[in-house]
Amino acid sequence: MMTLGRRRALHLGLRLAAAIALTLAFMFPIYWLFMISFKTPEEIYSFPPKWYPGHLNFGNYAVLFRDGDAVTVWNSLVVAFISTAIAMFLGSICAYSLARFATGGRQLANWIVSQRMIPPIAVVFPIFLLYVWFGLVDTYLGVILLYTAFNLPYVIWMMRGYILDIPRALEESALVDGCNRWQVIWRVVVPMCRAGLSATAIFTFVFAWNDFIFALVLTRTEVATYTVQITHYFGGQSNFWAKISAMSALGTVPIFIAMAFMQRYFVRGISLGAVKG
Amino acid sequence: MADLKITALHKYYGEVHAVRGVDLEIPAGEFTVLVGPSGCGKSTLLRTIAGLEDADDGTIEIGGEVVNHLAPRNRDIAMVFQNYALYPYMNVFDNIAFGLRSRNTPKREIEPKVRRTAQMLAIGHLLDRYPRQLSGGQLQRVAIGRAVVRNARLYLFDEPLSNLDAQLRDEMRGEIKRLHQELGKTMIYVTHDQIEAMTMADRIVLLRDGKIEQAGAPLDLFERPTSKYVAGFLGSPTMNFIAARLVAAGEGLDLQLEDGTTLPLPRGRFDKLLDRRDASVILGVRPEHMSRTRPGQERPGLARLEAVIELLQPTGARTYATFNFGGTRAIAELQSHEVSAINQKIELSIDMNRVILIDPSSSAVL
Repeated sequence: MMTLGRRRALHLGLRLAAAIALTLAFMFPIYWLFMISFKTPEEIYSFPPKWYPGHLNFGNYAVLFRDGDAVTVWNSLVVAFISTAIAMFLGSICAYSLARFATGGRQLANWIVSQRMIPPIAVVFPIFLLYVWFGLVDTYLGVILLYTAFNLPYVIWMMRGYILDIPRALEESALVDGCNRWQVIWRVVVPMCRAGLSATAIFTFVFAWNDFIFALVLTRTEVATYTVQITHYFGGQSNFWAKISAMSALGTVPIFIAMAFMQRYFVRGISLGAVKG
Repeated sequence: MADLKITALHKYYGEVHAVRGVDLEIPAGEFTVLVGPSGCGKSTLLRTIAGLEDADDGTIEIGGEVVNHLAPRNRDIAMVFQNYALYPYMNVFDNIAFGLRSRNTPKREIEPKVRRTAQMLAIGHLLDRYPRQLSGGQLQRVAIGRAVVRNARLYLFDEPLSNLDAQLRDEMRGEIKRLHQELGKTMIYVTHDQIEAMTMADRIVLLRDGKIEQAGAPLDLFERPTSKYVAGFLGSPTMNFIAARLVAAGEGLDLQLEDGTTLPLPRGRFDKLLDRRDASVILGVRPEHMSRTRPGQERPGLARLEAVIELLQPTGARTYATFNFGGTRAIAELQSHEVSAINQKIELSIDMNRVILIDPSSSAVL
């Protein structure tokens, strides 16, 4: 018969083992991606595969920067960052209005979030034709506008939930204490939903960062994003695995950095949203 | 000069007519309590004064100036909310300083003002703490501090003590009253608790269904209510209401209860009711105006009543005794040593000089 203490230890051990196995399963592709990016072509194609490169070789990255391909990561950063900033600003104000003044009636919020459910493929070609008309194809403005528009419903929906969670009395107290509405938003609402703002901003940023279909159709050479650039390395004759992996690694780094800085708020933010439902 | 003057104020929430024509004048420096059951419009009235709700009709004047169109921040008011409404991301110092900073008070004035207010409220040692590290009573002190640190014309309190436990509530009641005496400011305080109203107010405004039922000094309302509603709302245990009939007795009037008992009314006091002979009335008797008859106790205006005790609720020095009073269950507040057991038969003396008579159709006090 097992004692309670031993059973508990066994239980804990099993859970730990499962956690480690899961982590390994999820981390391995990322590990492999980074390892390939540091390998020489011979090492990449060697069989049996080498688990790690002989020495850290930055040549694959150097090629990307020398040929100017790395600028596509910069393009991704610019459009994702600016579109996130605009969507967060406009969306939060809009959400405040919906939450506190029931602007547009009770159903407007539902209608807005329904816009997010449009499959991108259904609208991307009409948008392309419009963009040709307006001369927005392959411009920062065009891509930023599109990502902003696509993210706004999500931002509005999420921020509306977070704002509804703030006790009204906090805002009323500030109104009595000498603030106008804008000051209330800046001094009460923003600090109160800092976690929600962070979580929403990350999701918004990641959407823009990961987008492929819009960028593929709406960019050519000037503002092509890194996701589009990677497809250029898949050739009819051969695939440039070194470039693919180096570019992919570059593409994951900004997300890692963003998550590292905002993890605390992010976790709190999504769990807040979970309670709200 | 009146610090606050309200004229014919109306407020609707959709179909609901929450405030129905309130006229009210509050002199400078007075502590006024708006009291009434939930849904009587007292909080709405306060919020309309603060500007957090728009008045649908009527005017609100603060310091002689009509403020209907002014935003809350321009009304020169400070307010304490029921749920404290402290900013969780600011420490106590910053919470108290919030209003001063919003109004661009010079920096060198903020610190001494905050410290003085904190001292006054005995929270001087908590200035670095965050709201989540404070107890309910401390939170409420900070909330009060945030309001009184500012030099406003009008201070509004929206049920500030209703989240506290009974002991703390008693303590804070005294604290707020002391604060009022120290500051001498005009304060309006909303509560549903009649004891808070009685103990704190210079003047009580009793609201019912969005209208003022009666306003006046606490003891005025307590001793000279104008309606059955007011008589029943103030006092604990509440006033006993017993159906009765006015009957002729020589020159004057007596009361006859439903079970045939006759109680003599003091001569002179109810002379204006002589033409109501044989009319139905409701007798209002406060529990504390009844006592067990002592041998040799004889004084004009005392009426005798046989009572069988049905229930005893001792509270310490006093005991609430339930008995059948002319067909109605009533409570008498007796000295604890005067009663001992249920089914005990005792004789009660009722102070008829202090009873009230109510017209059953209009519920007005006669």
